[in-house]
Amino acid sequence: MADTTAGPGPDARVNTIQADYMAMAQRRRLYSFVMLFIFVALMAAGFRTADARNAGGFFDGLHRIFDYPKEVLGEAAQNLTALPGYFVQYLPSLVETLNIAAASTLIGLLGGTLLSLLSTRGLAPWPALIPVFRRFMDICRAIPEIVIALVLIFVLGGGPVPAMIAIAIHTSGALGKLFSEVNENVSLKPVEGLASVGATWAQRMYLGVIPQVGPNYVSYALLRFEINIRASAILGFVGAGGIGYELKNTISWGQGRYDQATAIFLLLFLTIVVVDQLSGVLRDRLTHGTSA
Amino acid sequence: MSTFATNLDTSDLKDRADHLFRRKRLMNFGLPALVLVYLVYVFFAFDVPGLAQRASMDKAQTLVSDSYSYKTHVTRDNRSGEISVAIEGERKGSYAEGTGPSWVALGPETVVDLEDGYLVTFGADNFVSFQIPGYGLVTAQPTRSGGVNPVFPDGDLPDWISSSKNRLDIQTEAGRLTVTRNRTEVFRYFFGWELFFFTLDSPYHGTKPGELMGLAFAGEAGAIWSDFWNNAMWRHKDVAWAICETILMAVLGTFGAAIVALPLAFLAARNFSLLMPVRFAVRRVFDFLRGVDALIWTIILARAFGPGPLTGSLAILLTDTGTFGKIFSEALENVDDKQIEGVSSTGAKPLQRYRFGVIPQITPVLLSQLLYFLESNTRSATIIGAITGGGIGLMLTQAIITQKDWEEVAYYIVLIVLMVMLMDWASGWLRKKLISGDESGH
Repeated sequence: MADTTAGPGPDARVNTIQADYMAMAQRRRLYSFVMLFIFVALMAAGFRTADARNAGGFFDGLHRIFDYPKEVLGEAAQNLTALPGYFVQYLPSLVETLNIAAASTLIGLLGGTLLSLLSTRGLAPWPALIPVFRRFMDICRAIPEIVIALVLIFVLGGGPVPAMIAIAIHTSGALGKLFSEVNENVSLKPVEGLASVGATWAQRMYLGVIPQVGPNYVSYALLRFEINIRASAILGFVGAGGIGYELKNTISWGQGRYDQATAIFLLLFLTIVVVDQLSGVLRDRLTHGTSA
Repeated sequence: MSTFATNLDTSDLKDRADHLFRRKRLMNFGLPALVLVYLVYVFFAFDVPGLAQRASMDKAQTLVSDSYSYKTHVTRDNRSGEISVAIEGERKGSYAEGTGPSWVALGPETVVDLEDGYLVTFGADNFVSFQIPGYGLVTAQPTRSGGVNPVFPDGDLPDWISSSKNRLDIQTEAGRLTVTRNRTEVFRYFFGWELFFFTLDSPYHGTKPGELMGLAFAGEAGAIWSDFWNNAMWRHKDVAWAICETILMAVLGTFGAAIVALPLAFLAARNFSLLMPVRFAVRRVFDFLRGVDALIWTIILARAFGPGPLTGSLAILLTDTGTFGKIFSEALENVDDKQIEGVSSTGAKPLQRYRFGVIPQITPVLLSQLLYFLESNTRSATIIGAITGGGIGLMLTQAIITQKDWEEVAYYIVLIVLMVMLMDWASGWLRKKLISGDESGH
């Protein structure tokens, strides 16, 4: 008895285990496959819906995709000598766009710092209000800049200030969230030390917390600055001044000003690339330490 | 040892400490000062003092009050003598002819009761009188040739009345009366969003929620839903479609970008792409896609495909292909080779090596980035929609451009905020679910 069962036993068990494993693996694969299929089907359906609701169809437009760039660049190529002049002409509006981005990043940095300190457990002066400040940050983050900008443009008239306020509000919320994650890891010892010598809340934060988190803050703010340049260019397009506004004007003018549009395209592109590279290098130095 | 050394030059140490202190002090005071100087520069560069004059508080006031209240217009056409009552003065919100709310008594002499003693009477021959408690009776007799002919109680005109030959405008807290030669109009303000559920032509207008539930159970649910869904004033159907479009743009753009970027990222990663020129070229392509902003892609694509959600999703797709390509290729460069070696030791073919050796390692990074971008792209899709025309962004800009439907603007803003928060929550939930599930599963 023992012999007969022991003989085929382990083999059979191994076989069943293997069969079970294979069955499970197969089912797993089947599930993955079904999921993939559903995903592909959803994407296709989404694409078709988007295509149907678009003014022009995807396949009709596909061959026309290079027509417009060709037209624009063609006109620019004819007036190549005028481009440097346009660069100089549009430099002030580029500076304005950069100023919007920089000022709103700075204001957002200050606002985000304050909000994050108010909503971090252990640092907040009013712990009961932490959820309130958190929700407030969520709302600031959730409102797209364009919403605030459009409303403010109506009230304040066009110009850089509505864009600056709109981006600053969004930046406060976005940075506030990132900062409060940084704040969680702060050592409380300097804060307690400062408290023991009678420092006020502001002093404790400025002297005890900010030096610990400063590099991280600045690194996030630089990343935000990159994003905000793009945002301020876009807001210019809806009437908030800067290079986006000039771009809109030249583009809606159509033929005859495409050379200027090209100059603006190039200015914007170069600015974005240069700022991305610069801030990338700076952030690298901040996060990996200055010694490296 | 060195701590006990006695031959240290104290003045040198002190100098160094002083130097350190000076630097710290410079940083501590110099940096905030620099920021302050910059902000002052911006203050004047943006002409903030001039802005105070340009800003119109009237507009702000209309905006705020209109966003949470509505007004009902009682209008008399002074040429035909016809009286109409309409909510927000819009045709789709007007009462059927000869009917009105309870505070308007229509008849040969129409009496509009603004409550608290404020009483407007439309008399014969375009005559109108406005009884204002604490001030007196104001009358006007607009004629085609002679202007509005207002008559006021004795004394100076208060500043809430403006009067000229052809126009009389009285603003009180109960309501507002304007008289011109062509029309006499009373506005009464109410709190809330009127007609949000049903317009006046629907039989369900003014029905209480409880009764409505009863009617719904009695088999009228379809009709009730259709009246709500096709509400001409608030256009719930269009709004729902617009939100779906915006989310669709974000989803299509984000996932499409990930699908395009993943294979390209292999070409751009140092440890997978052996040909230097290919790597360099693909990287520059990523930089180019990222550098040419979504704004510019939107403009270019809108020319080819026309306005709509497809253009928006393609613009997001192009920009994010650059971003994802960069992130993914960095993730690929940090992949652990041991797992790939292990897989290839079992005789796996290259494709299988990627599938089982590489993909599982980068999945968490990939997914978390993807879902993070999904949320941020919902916002971008709103903005792109506002530029190219599509989704909730377009509805918002349209509502703002008309400059009077501020309650709709407020409604859309609330919806946008809720939509973004929902996407934020959903992507966070998915991230937690998928990534932690991945760890336990494999």
